[in-house]
Amino acid sequence: MSESGNYVLRPHHSNFPRFAAAHPDVYGVTADLTRPCELGLFRDLYPERCISLGMAEQNMIGFAGGMAREGLIPYVHTFGVFTTRRVIDQIEMAVAYPNLPVKMLGFLPGIISPGGATHHAIDDVSLMRSIPNMTVIDAGDATEIESVLEAAYRHPGPVYVRMNRGRMRRLFPTEEPLQIDRVRRLSVGEDLTVFSSGLITEHAIRAVEVLKERGLSVEHVHISTLKPFNDPQIADSLRRGRLGSISIENHLITGGLGSALAEKIADEGIGTKLVRIGLRDTYAHGADPEYLLRLHEMDALAVVRSAEDLLGDRLGIEPEDLGSVGFESTRASYRADAL
Amino acid sequence: MTESSAPAASPETGQIDPVRVARGIRSRSLRKSLELDGGYLSQSCSSAEILAVLYTRLMRLGPSIAPPMPPPYSGVPGPDNPDHFPGDRYNGPHTPELDRFIFSPTHYSLSLYCALVEIGRLDAAALDLVEVDGHVMERIGAEHSPGIAVTSGSFGQSLSQAAGIAFARREKGETGHTWIFMSDGELQEGQTWETVASCSFHGIDNLTAIIDVNGQQCDGEMESIMQTEPIVERLEAFGANVLEIDGNDIDALTAIPEARIPGKTLFVVARTNPMCGMPELEPRLPELHYVIFSDPEEKQRFERRLSLLEGAAS
Repeated sequence: MSESGNYVLRPHHSNFPRFAAAHPDVYGVTADLTRPCELGLFRDLYPERCISLGMAEQNMIGFAGGMAREGLIPYVHTFGVFTTRRVIDQIEMAVAYPNLPVKMLGFLPGIISPGGATHHAIDDVSLMRSIPNMTVIDAGDATEIESVLEAAYRHPGPVYVRMNRGRMRRLFPTEEPLQIDRVRRLSVGEDLTVFSSGLITEHAIRAVEVLKERGLSVEHVHISTLKPFNDPQIADSLRRGRLGSISIENHLITGGLGSALAEKIADEGIGTKLVRIGLRDTYAHGADPEYLLRLHEMDALAVVRSAEDLLGDRLGIEPEDLGSVGFESTRASYRADAL
Repeated sequence: MTESSAPAASPETGQIDPVRVARGIRSRSLRKSLELDGGYLSQSCSSAEILAVLYTRLMRLGPSIAPPMPPPYSGVPGPDNPDHFPGDRYNGPHTPELDRFIFSPTHYSLSLYCALVEIGRLDAAALDLVEVDGHVMERIGAEHSPGIAVTSGSFGQSLSQAAGIAFARREKGETGHTWIFMSDGELQEGQTWETVASCSFHGIDNLTAIIDVNGQQCDGEMESIMQTEPIVERLEAFGANVLEIDGNDIDALTAIPEARIPGKTLFVVARTNPMCGMPELEPRLPELHYVIFSDPEEKQRFERRLSLLEGAAS
């Protein structure tokens, strides 16, 4: 992988029209969050394929299911909270049961938005992972946000994608697109294994670099597909960590990446310890992403401290050693559209 | 969009008498409910004429492309199940010029199965499979059950899907109409009103919804459970084209296409009697939702009604 440090501004904004140009059966479907989900350019270029359904998510999901039954491929754009917990029965009956190709893009993953509990999708992976026929993806950088559209299109059934908007780091080269149920092995090591999913992988990369500088041999696996969860590398990497494994996710520690790994450990009979980093049985409030991640111990420093716990020793790593990770401040002048 | 105001029934069903079909729906539903000691009888009574006229006078459907005896349950749709059998095949092929039928309140499944038997899309012996484990003739059917296109037992959801289907068909330039049969209880679900608004906003006029307003829901008379009236005015306020008729009147139902207006979805408020043709239901008021036969004397009264219905049919 390459860690160029490049930032991409609003990758979905220009990428979705480019993608849709190649696929005339693709429709953008939106519930009053067109510009906030970076669908504004698509609406301007392809107004006849941008379907506004107003603030009415239940109807939107059923309507998209009907479109998909007739061979159109709707890409539903709204926030993660509104396309999961608000419409779970509609998804199950109108989309998942009939295994229809509705692609649901849920923006504002986890707690990295200032919207507070109403806008924090902290249980979306858990909810969607429990639905039969559903594929669940957490896009981790600009490359994955761009390439997930084609991957979801090629997959014949329903797909839920955790997306984000605004300024995005490019962690993975564009010639290495997201592949469903394929992990990215970012580092090879034997002392412990770090698993990370979604945008918080940037934090994990920072922590793993510093841990390796202090002499630890660290395996790091980035997971973009939470369901299915069958890449054999997952079990291999769980077995490699001599001291155990750490998972970090921008989500509750229940039902998401940590739970999926715990299930894998049980299914495969792997004798290892797993430290799960994430939101612990609580909601968060509205604030800047980096503040919230520190408050809830879901950042690079949390990975370091968990590694030290597994090691049974302190490595003398301080927050300033980890540098800045660079989730966009929601107070910055270049912030994305409104909530 | 489709402006077929003249009745345009399927060639093979155009000669079938809807009165006979409606009577058959009631008698077969009653016979089956007596066999099973229970059933959604009032739903068959209120909907008999609507389903009869839909299948004999209103919908342009091709011949069934499914076997007269339904195959056993073939599993849930999914990536690992290519054998999934869509129950919609009993409504004929999906072609651009033919109509589609969305059957929303699947608690009415028995009424639909009986209608399919009456018009010859299903073998009468298929009714022996109703509520038999491992078969598709379920009490509350799903999209593997004969005549059912979407899984809609969770109410208020299939109007959205019908709207999406009609929208997509318009996008594809298809001329066939999309019909949906709904129950009035679904008007209590907020999603229904989201959909009515979206139908008006997007001018989805290749869709007609017929609502069986029988005034009954699980807990009893609807207006005693939650105010739903004035249905006509509410629908009109959401931008719909509304036709209010006697839903047990064959002629009024047959004339539905005449009410179509370009650019608007037609909602037919079909006022029906949930005891129509079966006055023995009356002592059960106000709770008619699901009839369980536990009193032998009551069952005898219904058996006498069955003799009358079947005698009239022969």
